[in-house]
Amino acid sequence: MKGLVRSILASAAIGVAVMPAAAQEKPRAEVMHWWTSGGESAAIKTFADAYNKAGGVWVDTATAVGENSRAATINRMIGGKPPTAAQFNTGKQFDDLVTQGLIRPIDDLAEKGGWKQVMPASLVAAASRDGEMYALPINIHGQNWIFYSKAALKKAGLSELPKTWEEMVPAMQKMKDAGLTPLALGGQPWQERSLFNAILLQQGGKNLYMEVYQDKNEEAVRSEGFRKAVETYGKLRQMVDPGSPGRSWNDTTALLIKDEAGLQEMGDWVKGEFINAGKKPGVDYGCTIGLDDSMLMVGGDVFVFPKIDDPQQKKAQDLLAETMISKDAQVAFNLAKGSMPIRKDVDTSAFDECAQKGLKLLQSEDSQAPVFEILVSASLAGAVDDVITQFWNNPSASPDDMIEGFVNAFELEG
Amino acid sequence: MAAQRKRLNTATLVLLPFWAVVLAAYVGTMLWTVQISFTASKLLPVDEYVGFAQYERLFGSTRWSVSMQNAVIFGVLFIGGALVLGFLLAVVLDQRVRFENTLRTVFLYPYAMSFIVTGLIWQWLMNPGLGIQKAVRDWGFTSFDFAWAVDRDMAIYALVLAGLWQASGLVMALMLAGLRGVDEEIWKASRIDGIPAWRVYLFVIVPMLRPLIVTAVVLLAISVVKAFDLVVALTNGGPGISSDMPAKFVMDNLFTRQNIGLATAAATVMLITVAAVLVPWIYTEYFRKARVGGTA
Repeated sequence: MKGLVRSILASAAIGVAVMPAAAQEKPRAEVMHWWTSGGESAAIKTFADAYNKAGGVWVDTATAVGENSRAATINRMIGGKPPTAAQFNTGKQFDDLVTQGLIRPIDDLAEKGGWKQVMPASLVAAASRDGEMYALPINIHGQNWIFYSKAALKKAGLSELPKTWEEMVPAMQKMKDAGLTPLALGGQPWQERSLFNAILLQQGGKNLYMEVYQDKNEEAVRSEGFRKAVETYGKLRQMVDPGSPGRSWNDTTALLIKDEAGLQEMGDWVKGEFINAGKKPGVDYGCTIGLDDSMLMVGGDVFVFPKIDDPQQKKAQDLLAETMISKDAQVAFNLAKGSMPIRKDVDTSAFDECAQKGLKLLQSEDSQAPVFEILVSASLAGAVDDVITQFWNNPSASPDDMIEGFVNAFELEG
Repeated sequence: MAAQRKRLNTATLVLLPFWAVVLAAYVGTMLWTVQISFTASKLLPVDEYVGFAQYERLFGSTRWSVSMQNAVIFGVLFIGGALVLGFLLAVVLDQRVRFENTLRTVFLYPYAMSFIVTGLIWQWLMNPGLGIQKAVRDWGFTSFDFAWAVDRDMAIYALVLAGLWQASGLVMALMLAGLRGVDEEIWKASRIDGIPAWRVYLFVIVPMLRPLIVTAVVLLAISVVKAFDLVVALTNGGPGISSDMPAKFVMDNLFTRQNIGLATAAATVMLITVAAVLVPWIYTEYFRKARVGGTA
């Protein structure tokens, strides 16, 4: 017994002594992210493979749920043991880290690779602070997609999905009369807000949307256009099923897959669910951007590179950034992720017909608007979520309540 | 005398590191939290002092006032309900019923489950699509309504119900231990005097169980203040913000909303509220009696 223990200890000691020597040679990159679901981990694996092939060693640190992963990243950066790279959403999440000087600017890499010329200007701006790039955008997610079940539409006697919200409300009533749930919505604040923002962008137009969220303009909130969007949104409160409150987005998509519900407003990550269920775009389900394919709400993911003095780690960061943004890795990653490549100059013929619609709108700055998270701070976003969810869940709340709530939130958090 | 004092000193010396840890870990972090609540901290703590601005934001927020109201509703119903239910269960078991061991385990079992599991179970039970409501409606009672978790007027009571299910067993176990400790002579005496059993329970036994009741209230009150996991698993504060609780408000602002200043202000208000309510009461319950008795 004693001999056995001793030999185990001895072999463990040898193992520890030998291990580091082998790993020293290649640039090791520890990457923190929150892509843990089936489709997501397949996507991040394409990056890992590409990095390993490029001569590095990928060390994967995945933490489920974005908030947890970001909290872990921030703790480690403050604690002085940052990872080589860490995932954030495009937007203001890493503002404070930039202000505190914890993140490495990557303008030099961007210049060398000519990245700024091939990326959408709005996303370059979202990754930059004072004109310098601090984060590497790696994909584009459209967030104002409407997915609909073709079978449900047929059952309600509709030949196609209406192109405006004015026609949409009566069409939804028809679905309801046919015994369907017209609107598949997961009653979580961020999903309720996503639906409202899609309506605001479609009905109010990009100008109003930007005035509200970028300029935090009180007059824009009190305008006729904003009120109309709120009224439309209010009418949709009767179009959901009683099981809606608290439901996750993927359980909600399941209603569409089973053809029990008409449509769902969501980001393009929904496609992964359809693919898993063996449903085909254009055959089983349809997709439109907004309702009329005219304006894409763009957001996505970025990686930031913490400031590290170790030259070996810097080399790993350089190699990692160049690998992630390379044309091949972009196509492979985004195909698996359901998103669109951040580069305009890659071959996109392999993407499905929904993604093609998005890619078309990405060609011009006029047909895209940034997502809410890029425009407002996390605390204002939270306050706006509170206002929207109170309106949505209280059938007796009037449009005035919501408008006043917005004004209040802007005053307190703006 | 001298030997005793020396021993005392060694004991104090040995305990010093622990006192240091306790002070740093509990009192120190508490003070730090209060300090941050007076700064403009967002994602990271900063030293930019803004006076009571975070508190103004806090009390201007509808969500905070709703969570505080909910904490009161939940606290009163949960503590009161668990005490009454737990006591009644203990009395029933104390009648030397058959299968007492089995029943005791059954009633105590929910307490072995975390609030997360409790919340999930009740979320399913109260889900209109697959829970009790659907089952009963399928039996033919089509007007039956039990979708509390998704009803904004009932969601807070859904939390109370799940909480009661979980905690009553613990109160029962405590009370049962107390009942078993009651002297047989008291029962004999009351029987000779011809006093009905319920009066003995209410006017003789309950006052005797007072220390146990205090313990139970303290334990239950702690779970009210820190109620977070149950809320997240059962309603996630919804529909809307109708079943939000202070602890969830703090967590949301601390992590998702990058509002450390506001979150610490809310935590400070919670601390003060709890201290204002509980400390005087616990003080009178524990220490006054101790001093009268002359021990310690």
